[in-house]
Amino acid sequence: MVIALLADIHSNLEALDACLAHARERGAERYAFLGDLVGYGADPQAVVDTVARYAADGAVVVKGNHDAAVEKRAGYMNDASTEVIEWTRAVLPAVSRAFLAQLPLCIVDETMCFVHASAASPERWVYVDSISAALKSIEAAQRPYTFSGHVHEQMLYFQSSVGKVGAFSPLQGSPVSMHSNRRWHALVGSVGQPRDRNPSAAYALFDSGREQITFHRVPYDHLAAARKIREAGLPASIAYRVEMGI
Amino acid sequence: MLERLITGAEIDGFRLGECMHSGAQGIIFRVTRPNKSAPMIMKVPRFGQGEPAENLISFETEANILPALSGAHVPRFVAAGSLERTPYLVTEWVEGESLETILKRGTLRADQIQNVGAALADALHSLHRQDAIHLDVKPDNVIIKPNGKAVLIDFGLAHHARYPDLLAQEQRFAAGSAPYISPEQMLGTRSDPRSDIFALGVVLYEMVTGALPFGIPRTMAGMRDRLWMDPIPPSAHSIESTPWLQEIILRCLEPNAAARYQSAAHVAFDLRHPHQVPLTERSTKSRQAGVIAQARRWWLARGERSPPRRLPNVQVSTAPVIMVAVDTTHPHDERLPALQRVTGQVLSLSAEFRLACVSVIGAGPMVEGKGDTATASGIHREHLVRLRHWVAPLNLPPHRLALHVVVAASPADALLEFARQNHVDLILLGAPRPSQHALAWWRSAASTVTAHAHCSVHVVRVPGETADADAAPGDALRDAAAEEGKP
Repeated sequence: MVIALLADIHSNLEALDACLAHARERGAERYAFLGDLVGYGADPQAVVDTVARYAADGAVVVKGNHDAAVEKRAGYMNDASTEVIEWTRAVLPAVSRAFLAQLPLCIVDETMCFVHASAASPERWVYVDSISAALKSIEAAQRPYTFSGHVHEQMLYFQSSVGKVGAFSPLQGSPVSMHSNRRWHALVGSVGQPRDRNPSAAYALFDSGREQITFHRVPYDHLAAARKIREAGLPASIAYRVEMGI
Repeated sequence: MLERLITGAEIDGFRLGECMHSGAQGIIFRVTRPNKSAPMIMKVPRFGQGEPAENLISFETEANILPALSGAHVPRFVAAGSLERTPYLVTEWVEGESLETILKRGTLRADQIQNVGAALADALHSLHRQDAIHLDVKPDNVIIKPNGKAVLIDFGLAHHARYPDLLAQEQRFAAGSAPYISPEQMLGTRSDPRSDIFALGVVLYEMVTGALPFGIPRTMAGMRDRLWMDPIPPSAHSIESTPWLQEIILRCLEPNAAARYQSAAHVAFDLRHPHQVPLTERSTKSRQAGVIAQARRWWLARGERSPPRRLPNVQVSTAPVIMVAVDTTHPHDERLPALQRVTGQVLSLSAEFRLACVSVIGAGPMVEGKGDTATASGIHREHLVRLRHWVAPLNLPPHRLALHVVVAASPADALLEFARQNHVDLILLGAPRPSQHALAWWRSAASTVTAHAHCSVHVVRVPGETADADAAPGDALRDAAAEEGKP
């Protein structure tokens, strides 16, 4: 079973469509949306509609901090982010807001844990951006595989036989074996707002049969997505980030 | 699973044959499979209660890396068993002799060292090109095939830049074999292809002298000696050591990776062309550095070393072998200055290149301005002088340069053969002259080299030359068609 793992879409419809088409071509049979469907971008409704359609077909969807902020204002966000959240709340129809509100923070099955931030207290939106944070998340998940977003970068953490954690910065398009004899924590990167100076959308495909993960970068019309942000009257700094991938 | 392992047993369709090796880390059997005639071996790690965990991690590492490798210098991967239930690895059986066995018979002659050393360097270059680093190069892990090529075995300590390094987190055991491990590897770096070049230096040293440059250290302190200590020069051990061989070996053994060869292809090149090895004070050293020099090296070795952040393949690409074909039989050819300019431009893009200038001359003393009385060696020398004259304006340091005059009937074939044998990354050569344009392009040496080269080819044309100076391209095409139409 090939599972597409998509996180931090951030209302970027162009990036989402490009990743979904890319995943479909590569045989994705199942989809997991790892939170932050909205925020920053100019297409919240189209993105929520798309994800809701996949959810109706059985896709995994978890809540991100931007999704939660639509429902209840978050004090920690900066002015630009808050401005977009206010705007998103205003333009989203009630049914879309209700869809975001009912999303769970974490979904687990026998071998996998899907979460937006850390599996250790998902509601606190902790960044898994270090070996110690990855270790906490891995140990809380109690599963061979934990998949998350929030950090906007692609990284693969793995636990050694003595419990220590290593970090591997994956190369795009290269399948990596993830044998279930150890525990793994994959940060799948951001679909709608990558921040490594490469504007291409980021996501990953996990083949559970082969126990292999492949991290991908998908070029899309990021200039169009940035233009829409400006045209919607949203902060220019956010459009610039999408243009530059920063 | 180990109790099930007896000759005649069957595992996942493989029938176990003779047990070839039974050691602390695992067991190796010959295996066969119906409808498969190629000889194979099965490697099974010892794991479970009472066995060291590193056996399984090394197995996992090898099972990850081996399927991703290809080429003539690694055993072909056949199958791997599941890690939880039946961990095993089946690969092709490599016919040949272990370098360990060869060395047990005694030290080698200079020409044997050249051949075996260059074969091993070829194998390492092929591995580094695939973004992998062996990190456990030693005679035990090198098989010399009957055709003279080297095959690397045992990738249990290897690193592949495309996969998570499972061993990097396991600092409980020394990641390497004490006599061969590089200084940076000792300090925990597992991502530098130049670590394999250090180990290659140790193997070359062993082949020449029968001794190990740093002995067999039993303690961590003993292993740390190589961070600053220079080995006893090979010439103090053995009469087989020549200055060029000592130069190559000691350059491989530099404690600081940046002072070593930056690419195994360069080591192979020097071993194959000993007369082109630029000799430095390394080549004539007859004893270790004095106390003060050693103390200075020890002081310097305390400094931080940062491992390269580049992929191994990218790392070795910064040290290319560039070949330029210079037609010294026509020294006044208008293309030679153009070729010189382009060569200078290309070299300015890389700091660690090796430039091989190659001139192909016809067999026999048929050189302009010389009578039939000229000797072959005299002609050879004359062309070397012309090559040196051509390259002089580029002002290259001697260790970046090699000059070769090759006698052959077909220039294209000779150039291709040289390029293949010496891991050339880029060939520079002139386009056919305007007067040759009547000749179809596909009959020129430039077109043959372009069509068949294993690497990139840069064809240099004199600015302002046009193809239709003497004949329209259409004519050449018609000529070609007429030629093909002939019975």
